[in-house]
Amino acid sequence: MDALTEVVARAGREVEQAADLAQLDAVRVRYLGKKGLLTDHLKALGALPAEERRVAGQAINEAKDRLQRALDGRRAVLETEALQARLTAERIDVTLPGRGGRPGGLHPLTRTLERIERIFAQAGFAVAEGPEIEDDWHNFGALNIPEHHPARAMHDTFYFDAHTVLRTHTSPVQIRVMERQAPPVRVIAPGRVYRCDSDVTHSPMFHQVEGLMVDEGVSFADLKGTLDDFLKTFFETDLPVRFRPSYFPFTEPSAEVDIGCVICGGKGCRVCKDSGWLEVLGCGMVHPNVFAAVGVDSERYTGYAFGMGVERLAMLRYGVNDLRLFFDNDLRFLRQFR
Amino acid sequence: MRFSERWLREWVSPPLDTAGLAARLTAAGLEVDSLTPVGERFSGVVVGHVLEVAQHPAADRLHVCRVDAGGAEPLVIVCGAANVAVGMKAPTALVGARLPGGMEIRRAKLRGVESFGMLCSARELGLAETSEGLLPLPGDAPVGLDVVTYLGLDDVAIEVDLTPNRSDCLCVAGVAREVGVLTRQPVQSVTVEPVAPVIPDTFPVELEAPADCPRYVGRVVRNVDPAAQTPLWLRERLRRSGLRSISPVVDVTNYVLLELGQPMHAFDLDRLSGAIRVRRARAGESLTLLDGNPLSLDEDCLLIADDRGPIALAGVMGGLDSGVTAESRHIFFESAFFSPSVIAGRARRFGLATDASHRYERGVDFELQRRAIERATGLLVQIAGGECGPVIDRVSPEHLPTRAPITLRAARLSKILGIAVPDEAVADVLSRLGCRVEAQPGGWRVTPPSFRFDLAIEVDLIEEVARVTGYEHVPSTAPVAHLNLRPVPETRVPLERLRGLLADRGYQEAITYSFVDPSLQAMLDPEEEVVRLANPISADMAVMRTTLWPGLLKALGHNQNRQQARVWLFESGLRFRRRRGETLQEPVLAGLASGSALPDQWGLSRRPVDFYDVKADVEALLASTGVAAEFRFEPTSHPALHPGQAAAIFRGAEEVGRLGALHPAHLRSLDIEGPVYLFELGLGPLQQGVLPRFAPLSRFPAIRRDLAVVVDEAVPAEAVRVAIGQAAGDMLNDLELFDVYRGEGIEGGRKSLALSLTLQAADRTLLDAEVDAVVRGVLEALEREYKATLRA
Repeated sequence: MDALTEVVARAGREVEQAADLAQLDAVRVRYLGKKGLLTDHLKALGALPAEERRVAGQAINEAKDRLQRALDGRRAVLETEALQARLTAERIDVTLPGRGGRPGGLHPLTRTLERIERIFAQAGFAVAEGPEIEDDWHNFGALNIPEHHPARAMHDTFYFDAHTVLRTHTSPVQIRVMERQAPPVRVIAPGRVYRCDSDVTHSPMFHQVEGLMVDEGVSFADLKGTLDDFLKTFFETDLPVRFRPSYFPFTEPSAEVDIGCVICGGKGCRVCKDSGWLEVLGCGMVHPNVFAAVGVDSERYTGYAFGMGVERLAMLRYGVNDLRLFFDNDLRFLRQFR
Repeated sequence: MRFSERWLREWVSPPLDTAGLAARLTAAGLEVDSLTPVGERFSGVVVGHVLEVAQHPAADRLHVCRVDAGGAEPLVIVCGAANVAVGMKAPTALVGARLPGGMEIRRAKLRGVESFGMLCSARELGLAETSEGLLPLPGDAPVGLDVVTYLGLDDVAIEVDLTPNRSDCLCVAGVAREVGVLTRQPVQSVTVEPVAPVIPDTFPVELEAPADCPRYVGRVVRNVDPAAQTPLWLRERLRRSGLRSISPVVDVTNYVLLELGQPMHAFDLDRLSGAIRVRRARAGESLTLLDGNPLSLDEDCLLIADDRGPIALAGVMGGLDSGVTAESRHIFFESAFFSPSVIAGRARRFGLATDASHRYERGVDFELQRRAIERATGLLVQIAGGECGPVIDRVSPEHLPTRAPITLRAARLSKILGIAVPDEAVADVLSRLGCRVEAQPGGWRVTPPSFRFDLAIEVDLIEEVARVTGYEHVPSTAPVAHLNLRPVPETRVPLERLRGLLADRGYQEAITYSFVDPSLQAMLDPEEEVVRLANPISADMAVMRTTLWPGLLKALGHNQNRQQARVWLFESGLRFRRRRGETLQEPVLAGLASGSALPDQWGLSRRPVDFYDVKADVEALLASTGVAAEFRFEPTSHPALHPGQAAAIFRGAEEVGRLGALHPAHLRSLDIEGPVYLFELGLGPLQQGVLPRFAPLSRFPAIRRDLAVVVDEAVPAEAVRVAIGQAAGDMLNDLELFDVYRGEGIEGGRKSLALSLTLQAADRTLLDAEVDAVVRGVLEALEREYKATLRA
């Protein structure tokens, strides 16, 4: 039995000295394996007398259990150490940038257009489109701008021939929509428009969003409500909005809409020419001659229309100070609107 | 329309300051564009009376004057003006005065004579751009009075940006009328006393086109003094409205235009022959205008002619040969009403824009002509003498515009405005505007005044009620509508999705002009017929783009010139191509990539973008339809593209786009760094997706087999894929090409394609023997069709 005690003690020392899991496993095999030293002791039991065999067997089993616990304990320690070492070895610099592509972005005008579309979509305005090369009937005639009307001269129109133009506004989409759809109508028409004019504040191509609502009982008060609501939603602030009488051949009554200057808060600055107001929209009630041109009964139906300059809104919204930046497509500019 | 505030206030003076007046006009739709002081600032200048003029002892051109400037003693002032004379009154800048431009007047010795001030010209006071000699002040000007006060220079020029419907406000009288309405103030109209004729002279006038000119009023004035000068007050009013003084006759016509809104013309009576005939031009006739511009006329033009031919383009400009000159003594004045439709557009047709045409094409009060001619002749006689003949008044009453009564329904008014306006307020506003208003059941019968060309239908009156009442009194309400849902076609791929996809894959969206440089267009897409602008804004923006590539390449150049080495751009918009005589306006999505494949970064070596990088982006776009397999790429050629790196993209039989490298020859002409890869896809086919259709998932395992087959270089990978697909049949679940190898182990002119086939059946586990048979079939097919061998 002394031999057993000695074997157990030696096994315990070897367990403690095992430096890694492989060594530890070797210890296990040496003592507890099929030909292990403790296994040998168990095998030797058969040679003992019956009364000694029980006691000796108990002692050997206890020794085996003890050794097994020691092995388990040491294994846990070694495993923890190994994991720790691996974790240390696998440490990386998490501040290094990620790999791969970098996203680009949308043009600020697209961003603005999408925002306008989303706002009006809430009130059920569908998006309508129309051609950019337009005939003079849709661009002018149907909009109550007959040939020789002074308003035609004010449009600085690009011509292809006497009757074909680049659309000077998105208003012809009103006509195209009403030609194919009976009231009620609720649409906005975003798109490119063209005027033969180019300087610091004019681009020969720019963007407008036209809006049109036709139904029974649409009033000028509704127009005011819609645009007041839109402008406050677009700028996300309760800014002052005012409606000034104006003139467009295709609406009556007509109005221009000003907002309190978002640059100076209405105190007066270079952008608002010290007036505290910025003109952002033209609008009005659809003129009966326009309804007549598209065969809508103007006694039964009334409607409003509005048109806004997208560049103007984007400039005010993002603080862009030069219209021409929108069409230079300079990446240093475009990347600011991701 | 520009006018002086003081002039307006002689007619109507509401209790508002300048800013308040401007705000009220703007709020009523007469948008005040600017308020400008009428003169440059100066101070210390008074009315002086020249008492003595003596020759300067040491300078031929200088005079030594004694001037009474209201002080205790006359001042000694040295003056160089030629027109200085004893007894004249002139602006006198005292010592300490500050003139426009900041010059301060000090005591100074001029060639040995001490001068205590300066006598001033109009230019020196900022009252004219050029002037000769001193500004003579009227004899009754009070000596010593500040010239700023005397000339009323504490005045503001108000510039109103009038909308084309408000021709009635293109004169001081009209603005005054409007201000009177808006502020409920009385308007003091100018008194026009008829000038009694003192000679019997008239001149024959024939209305040969009475529909175009239903009224023509004329008057002969004889023996006008050609040397007379327009008085300072009238010159100042013209100046403050932006007009130059020319001669008393011309100044008077311009003054009446500004004051009453009636365009007038003055002919030299001696240069008229026979009779004035108002008629349409005949083909072949010509006329040289006052500005020296020769016009070829046709029947579209209304003329004033005499027996010899055209003498004026009616309502636009007079002719050179019949106009008044500095020597004219006998005048024939014209004050006519021309129908707006016969004047509209005529001036612009000849590249002209005159004060007269501006008013006539918008509408001039047809009851104003006689009053205007009395006013003009009255002023002229006052200024330059002369003897007036009787007023010649030719009128064709049946051709004059009419002002038919308009029915205004109270219910309609509140329906349009969304607010009930009290009946009294409606009637009050319309009567103040000069309408005759008669109440009738449910509304009113309203007859507009002759000066309003914009009031013809009911809604015109509704607008006036709202405008004068003030738009701020209309409430803002949310519109009420039915909440119907609209169709949402699920198979349409939204443009937002496609744009977002490209942005997420590293492209920056651009917006370029739809018109491009014809030479760039011709270089990149020479086979397309272009649509050309008749009036381009510049030569390099003259044709409509047939592809978005010119604009994107221009943007690339712009960015490369600004140190941007990696430029990935896309744009969506219309291209304009001619097909079968029609211009197609097709929405497309186009992109460009140049520079490195990925932004410079650690851990990846830099590699220039290549065809397949961009192709992956195009394939991602195609995949968003849900049926990427419907699209295929085929080698193509296009003038813009590298002949060996150009693909046409087909959906079925339809070519829907192109992808390729910009032709290296173009890199040099465009002065850009390559390589550059370009693509363009029609949005129509790209947005046409499909509804996903569920297929049951196989419960049985899939088996993957990898093959490396060696084929000739010329065999397209796509052909191999197609052949495998056909040979493998239904069991082929997936096919990926995962390597292309050339080099050691592969003979020259051949390439090895490594492909993985995934085979699966829906109803059973495939047996090895079945799979082997499929692979054998594939290899046999490839060998047969493409002389493919299995890689050793």
